[in-house]
Amino acid sequence: MRETKYWTWHMAAGVVIFLLLGLHMLVMHLGGWTHLFAPFGGEAVSRDNSLFRDGKLFFTATYILLLGVALYHGLYGLRTILFELTLKPAAEKAVTFILLVGGLGLFGLGTWAAIVVHAAAAAARG
Amino acid sequence: MAQINRHDNRLGLWGWLGGGRWGIERYAYILHRLTGLGVLFYFLMHIVVTSLRAFGVYLWIEGGVFHQPIFRVGEFLVYAAFAYHAFNGIRLVLVELGFAVGAPIEPVYPYKTSLDVQRPLLIVMMILAAIFLAVGGYEAIGLAR
Repeated sequence: MRETKYWTWHMAAGVVIFLLLGLHMLVMHLGGWTHLFAPFGGEAVSRDNSLFRDGKLFFTATYILLLGVALYHGLYGLRTILFELTLKPAAEKAVTFILLVGGLGLFGLGTWAAIVVHAAAAAARG
Repeated sequence: MAQINRHDNRLGLWGWLGGGRWGIERYAYILHRLTGLGVLFYFLMHIVVTSLRAFGVYLWIEGGVFHQPIFRVGEFLVYAAFAYHAFNGIRLVLVELGFAVGAPIEPVYPYKTSLDVQRPLLIVMMILAAIFLAVGGYEAIGLAR
C-alpha cells in the first residue's frame, strides 16, 4: 500500500516536472525562439539574464519546487530500477537510506543557493 | 500490512534491458528508463554546478568550462533525452490511470488487444517529441538567433 502511494507521487511529480521543466526548456533551450525572461539579450543563460531570473520570486519558488519534485521523481525511479535487480532486504534498506540522504543533501544545497542568489539579486536591484 | 510478492529477476540487467519479442511499447519502456537515468545523472551534476552561482561562479556562461562545444553537444543530448522521456512519460501516466486502453470487452475470439488503442497514442507522443526535438535542434545549431 505504501509503495502504491509512493508510485502515485512519482507519477504526480512527473506531471509537475513536465510543466516546470517544459517552462525551463522554453526559457533556456528555446530562448532564440521565445526570448522569454531574458531582457538583456544574447544567450538566455548569460550572467545578467540568470541574475534577472534569480531576482524574481516566481523563479526562485519554482526552482525550489522543481528541485524537490525532480529529485523525488529521479531518485525514486532509480530506486525502483535497482530494486528490480532483486537485492537483499539489507541492501534495499541501504539503497533507500543513501538515496534519501543524498536527495535531502542536494535539495538543501540547491534551495540554499536559490535563496542566497535571490536575496543578492533582489538587493542589487534595489 | 500488505506484502508485495516480487519475483526474482534471474536475468539481472538483461531482465530490464532486454525487450525480446515484446511489442514496440516494451522497447519504448526500456528507452524511457535509459533516458531517465541519463537525465538524472545530468540533473545531479546540474544542481551542484548551478549552486556555485551562490559564490559568483558561472561555469556555463561564455568563456566558462561548460560553454565549450563538447558540453553544448552533451547538453543537446540531455534535451533530446528529456523530450523523449517527458512525452513518453505522459503516455505512461495516461495508460497507468486507465485512459487510452479502451473499454473492457468480453474475451471473444478473435481477441482484441488494448495495444490497438495504445499504439496511436505512442505514435502521437513520438511525433510531439520529434517536433520538440527538431525545434531544439534548430536552436542548438544557432539558426534561431
